[in-house]
Amino acid sequence: MVTYIIRRLVTAVLILLGASFVVYQLTAAAGDPLQDLRESNAPNKEQLIQQRVALLDLGTPPPLRYFKWLGGAAQCVVPFVGKCDLGLAINGEPVVNALGRAMGQTILLITAATILAIVIGIALGIITALRQYSTLDYSVTFMAFLFFSLPIFWIAVLLKEFGAIGFNDFLRNPVFSPTSVIITAICMGIVVVLFMGGTLVQRAIGFAIGAAVTAGLMVALSVTGWFRAPGLGPILIVVFGLGVAYLATQLTAGIKNRKALYSALIMVPLGLIAYYVLNPFFAHVTGWAILALAAVTILVGCAVGWLMGGFDRGQSMRAAALSAFFIGGLVMLDRFMVEWPNYFNNGRIRGRPIATIGSSTPNLEGNWWIHNLDNFTHLLLPTIALLLVSLASYSRYSRASMLEIMQMDYIRTARAKGLPERTVVMRHAFRNALIPLATLVAFDIGGLIGGAVITERVFAFTGMGNLFVASLLPIPDPNPVMGVFLITGLLALVFNLIADLAYSVLDPRVRVKA
Amino acid sequence: MTTPNPATPSGQIPEGPERDGLDPEVIPQEIKGLSQNAIVRKRFIGNTPAVISIVVFVLIALLAFSSIGFLGVPGWWHYSYEEFSTQINGGHPTFTNLFNWGDHPFGQDRIGRDYFAMTMRGTQQSIIIMFVIGAVGGFIGVVVGALSGYFRGWIEAVLMRIVDIIIIIPLLILAAVLGRIAGAHVSGNMATIMLGLFIGVIIWTGLSRLVRGEFLSLREREFVDAAHIAGASNTRIMFKHILPNAVGVIIVNVTLLMSSAILLETALSFLGLGVRPPDVSLGSLISDNQEAFSTRPWLFWFPGLFIVAICLSINFIGDGLRDAFDPRQKKFNAKKAKDRGVHGSAVKDSVSAAAIAERTDGPSGRPDAGGTPREDPPSRG
Repeated sequence: MVTYIIRRLVTAVLILLGASFVVYQLTAAAGDPLQDLRESNAPNKEQLIQQRVALLDLGTPPPLRYFKWLGGAAQCVVPFVGKCDLGLAINGEPVVNALGRAMGQTILLITAATILAIVIGIALGIITALRQYSTLDYSVTFMAFLFFSLPIFWIAVLLKEFGAIGFNDFLRNPVFSPTSVIITAICMGIVVVLFMGGTLVQRAIGFAIGAAVTAGLMVALSVTGWFRAPGLGPILIVVFGLGVAYLATQLTAGIKNRKALYSALIMVPLGLIAYYVLNPFFAHVTGWAILALAAVTILVGCAVGWLMGGFDRGQSMRAAALSAFFIGGLVMLDRFMVEWPNYFNNGRIRGRPIATIGSSTPNLEGNWWIHNLDNFTHLLLPTIALLLVSLASYSRYSRASMLEIMQMDYIRTARAKGLPERTVVMRHAFRNALIPLATLVAFDIGGLIGGAVITERVFAFTGMGNLFVASLLPIPDPNPVMGVFLITGLLALVFNLIADLAYSVLDPRVRVKA
Repeated sequence: MTTPNPATPSGQIPEGPERDGLDPEVIPQEIKGLSQNAIVRKRFIGNTPAVISIVVFVLIALLAFSSIGFLGVPGWWHYSYEEFSTQINGGHPTFTNLFNWGDHPFGQDRIGRDYFAMTMRGTQQSIIIMFVIGAVGGFIGVVVGALSGYFRGWIEAVLMRIVDIIIIIPLLILAAVLGRIAGAHVSGNMATIMLGLFIGVIIWTGLSRLVRGEFLSLREREFVDAAHIAGASNTRIMFKHILPNAVGVIIVNVTLLMSSAILLETALSFLGLGVRPPDVSLGSLISDNQEAFSTRPWLFWFPGLFIVAICLSINFIGDGLRDAFDPRQKKFNAKKAKDRGVHGSAVKDSVSAAAIAERTDGPSGRPDAGGTPREDPPSRG
């Protein structure tokens, strides 16, 4: 194993060296770094040219310049020196600084999209695999192909138009028209029918209930002016909390496991108490406090599950911790909604909350909640765009993987010994179906840090992808390009290695070549 | 399944006894006595989405190439994509129904050019680039994969390291540099073909790994030994004996390569790195007109719809080909499967084939969804 890792690492370093040399030469050959100055009419043109030649060391031919750059870059990997020299960009800024800033933006942009794409994609894939060749399966398959064929810049512009401008216009007078209520209700009814299956009568009832609930909800939201002053309130928190507790129990332990169900249900009154107790404290909260609260919430859930005892404490603990986490999320969500009117009427927002460019509103004043709402409204659209295009491959892969697992002998054994279908699916099949996906996920994360070039471009995020394109056009600037390449190349190689190792750790049948 | 068969997301078809085709005793009645090609054709034609997609794609291609003409051959459309004319009715589309197109069915752009002609030109570009990329990338990928899979040893080591290097070089740099060179020397259709050539030269890496995997398993088979003993040369064995057996994997993956090539070309043109003005591409049309969405939405809809239509039909064709080439695939009948039971386990015959077939749909080369092909998974054993 160790030999294998070392061999892979050595190969990776050699590949990176070779590729970086090629990239440096290509970028240097891509254009003339003095072009804008040569064409300028500035009186001190000669002096400006001299300055830039000195700044970027243009006197040295590119092959030699690469080795100079490599000498500086090599300092980054020497431990405990704390010096990292990736050269200067064309505007004289050290590349290390620009990279740090861009990386922060990119991570902000891709984190939510990646996590959501993985969770939703896998869930869809599993559900469609369990109901193979149903209408649901066909619709999801078609949607996957459709999303896979959509150019992201097209989706992004459409989202800007309808998601941001359209929604902001709607918020000016947040009342649904009767037509939109009817159409949405019918659509939701169809979605419910797709997901439920069953006999024709059952489906008709499902359609009616789905449509009626949607219509009622939309009318209620319009009448109460909910979009202007949203909120959940204690009653809705309890209602949703009960739903969360049942769902979490069903997924982790099954409703029949009463101990687990009760420990999950205990989380609901606890959440309600937390809602009242924490409210005064929430006014001046920080990110770290929220993180600490989340940790405490999960610990409380685990503790309750453990105290409930029973033949399988683990199941109760998981059910309780999961519902505790989500009920805590509901309490947070309510607090954000309380802050929403303040954000909406803020002088910098002026009633148009969904943003189309950038990652935050400049000079926005307000507390932690306001700033996070601001981040949320900025990240909403790019996240949806990225989510849609990456959802397709996850759902396809998890479907394929689940289909293969479901016809394994050990699944038949599990059924034969009388396990409930829930246990067969969640414990025996689902976990094994995740193994091949682990490599896919590791690999995707490695690729995504490089930035979603086009998404960043359309939504004016100054992340890695934007830095990369801006340094290529109109004037090719090798140092920032090399900086971005170094990070993406390194991550691609490292995550490749992680993917392979994760595979052999998760699946003992797979052994790496020593 | 007796052998552990860890899934390989990179899209390699699992090796093992099942790869060797159908057990003679379980050959379904419907394919008895048919040649391999006939079976594939029969299966493909039975796949409704794929057949519809082929028809749609051929129609789009015919429309694009016949309407505004190509290579100096004039088309039947009365405007060209470079021609300015006076704006009528603010440039609104005049398309009312299929038999009444009006003067400017897709409207006119800001400066009065006919948008139908421009969209058709962009479609031409996309289709040309797609086929050039498919041909060039497919050829290099097959040759490199075949050489490294067949000879192994140092040839494989060197070629696969080259693949490793090319895979981690960002496509944008290569496109920027090569596009610059191409743009400086040629224009018109030649520039488009050059762009396709350059992208094809760098996009073959994923395919070469798949072909290598296929050759690695096929070279151990008896018919290769037989050919050796009969005195066939290496070239002959590689291209006359092994390659025809790997043709399914190759065709399917070249099709998928082509569908990602369309998105790649439009993305590059969107960034200003692909097709350059005054020539137009579907990507550059969207890029130029994205600001005008609120005033002239049609400038935005038509090129986008054409990209989606082309890409979707190619994807469905690829999917249909994959099902058709899979030797374990049985013709699937949704009704029968449903009658047999609700659970996946009850329809296991068709499940197994479909599941493994799906393995090969590697989403490669997607510019924005983290689509760099991954390295080989660790071997089993």
